[in-house]
Amino acid sequence: MPLQNIQNIVLVLSGKGGVGKSSITTQLALTLSLQGHSVGVLDIDLTGPSIPRFFGIEGAKVRQAPGGWIPVTVHDAQPLPQHGTTNGHAAHKDVGALSCMSLGFILASRSDAVIWRGPKKTAMVRQFLTDVLWPRLDFLLIDTPPGTSDEHISLLETLLKQTSSPTSPPNQLSGAVVVTTPQAISISDVKKELNFCRKTGIRVLGVVENMAGFVCPNCSECTNVFSKGGGEVMARDFEVPFLGSVPIDPAFVQLIEEGTRPVYPEGTVIEGEDMSAAKSEANGTGNELLVDKYRSCSLCPLFDGIVSTLVADIRSRNQ
Amino acid sequence: MAPSFEEPTQVDFDAPLKAAPKLVAPEPEHCPGPESQQAGTADSCAGCPNQKICASAPKGPDPDIPVITSRLSSVKHKLLVLSGKGGVGKSTFSTMLAHGFASNPAHTVGLMDTDICGPSIPKMMGVEDETIHVTAEGWEPVWVSENLGVMSVQFMLPGRDDAVIWRGPKKNGLIKKFLMDVTWGELDFLVVDTPPGTSDEHLSVNSFLKNSGVDGAVVVSTPQEVSLLDVRKEIDFCRKAGIRVLGIVENMSGFVCPGCKTESQIFRASTGGARRLAEDEKIPFLGAVPLDPRIGMACDHGESFLDAYPESPACRAIRGVVKRVAEEMGVEVGDVLMEVDG
Repeated sequence: MPLQNIQNIVLVLSGKGGVGKSSITTQLALTLSLQGHSVGVLDIDLTGPSIPRFFGIEGAKVRQAPGGWIPVTVHDAQPLPQHGTTNGHAAHKDVGALSCMSLGFILASRSDAVIWRGPKKTAMVRQFLTDVLWPRLDFLLIDTPPGTSDEHISLLETLLKQTSSPTSPPNQLSGAVVVTTPQAISISDVKKELNFCRKTGIRVLGVVENMAGFVCPNCSECTNVFSKGGGEVMARDFEVPFLGSVPIDPAFVQLIEEGTRPVYPEGTVIEGEDMSAAKSEANGTGNELLVDKYRSCSLCPLFDGIVSTLVADIRSRNQ
Repeated sequence: MAPSFEEPTQVDFDAPLKAAPKLVAPEPEHCPGPESQQAGTADSCAGCPNQKICASAPKGPDPDIPVITSRLSSVKHKLLVLSGKGGVGKSTFSTMLAHGFASNPAHTVGLMDTDICGPSIPKMMGVEDETIHVTAEGWEPVWVSENLGVMSVQFMLPGRDDAVIWRGPKKNGLIKKFLMDVTWGELDFLVVDTPPGTSDEHLSVNSFLKNSGVDGAVVVSTPQEVSLLDVRKEIDFCRKAGIRVLGIVENMSGFVCPGCKTESQIFRASTGGARRLAEDEKIPFLGAVPLDPRIGMACDHGESFLDAYPESPACRAIRGVVKRVAEEMGVEVGDVLMEVDG
């Protein structure tokens, strides 16, 4: 079974679309890798796969090997160039290997629609779980489409069956990270997803509130574009951990869309670290790794905290 | 199962649907669809426990389609709101269109929510706690105002936060009921809000409405490429399904800081945004609506943003888009937005 190489499986879920499931998945993966873990990302959003775009590997294709598909490598395990200013945390560690699998790597053209009814989607999800030859992984993150339908039912059916076999690592299916945005419209859909987790017996590792506030780059005033605090209240209501609020950072969007290393105005301090200090060596070569550039992003220290909490929680249950 | 590299097979759009038979086992991977003409006879049907049932089910088109067509013959204009991407504002925009059309008291407007797993319309319309009334004629839509009726799965749930954990066929069945059993009555406009993607709901809406004639689809996107990527797939879907794309709307386009009035691009259009996509795909660009936190707030409270902040730039932009949609449908603009004339 290909899933046997994997220590922990974490799902990223949300009842609502466009709240940042793929964006959060990407950042969780990058941060886990920065902390030295080997990570795989499986994208089961079949009709709208975004993961290839997020990792900047849209042109990549999946290779076939005897017995299955070989996922696309984003980067191998390696030491990162020393960052002039100590950006703290991950500076002295090697990054872990990162690889991805998505339907986007199989399609002939990026603008082709995948028009499938349920049974076809079910079959594909099952194939993704059984036929991908993952290398040895500390964490497999599974990015999902919005909703509680075919993909989710099939994913959980297959996963629950596979991870309960006596040969799988203990507690292999760690649980789910649920993503929401702060406004009530989004919360009401995400509550449905939490009920879905309850019904299917998936542990909710925590709720992340994305797009909480936008800091105007001109006057540094923070506007709550999509209101605020809804995620935390919901987590309390459902008695699940709240992992944190992630603000909108246009520099992250730009990093993903254009691949430019984030640069912040002088005096930007986030989580006690001066983000503007990284500016001086920003003019590096164009072929830096995404994970290297992500270290300069203001969201990186934030995710470092979220991921450390997650890993500690998962580890404590594995023992 | 050996991994396969073959280009995924697509669903046949033109095949007339027949009524889906009751199956004894889940459909296998290469199932042609129990509603299809090849049901029970295709190569992949060999060995399937359902084969006999599918093969012996009555052939010919779904007998419910003519029922839907006659039910909807009193609806003048039917409009789909689509996007491949979630959270770009499909539902928000559907409510804006509905409110916009309904601002003329002479019009009756219906708004149908086909997002079964994540219905947002009832909350945005402020009718979250309503339930459906069943009369002898069928299901009565929930009326938000004199001339604006809404139908959504939310009205049928026992608890507000209950998850609807349904596979495709069950979702299709409900959408059919929405079209067949709901007493829409005489409508000038029926706006159909859809979930993200290109799957069961979209195929069903398309095949059920094909004979009744759909005016077209409004495609909603946000400016960044991550979103446009999925929207391109949706346009491809429309083309393959033969749905006319009335145009594309760019939502969340630019944000004006309430503090210093500087406009920032939260979701940067690094590849030219929806405007460029419209040019490339040769479809009309209907307009760009700026990101205004008050739109989200109005939706959360179930108020009409158009009525609450008629003077805001976002409202003007939305009115402009509603007007353009009407033009593309060939409806007299003055008929649609009363206030604009004044």
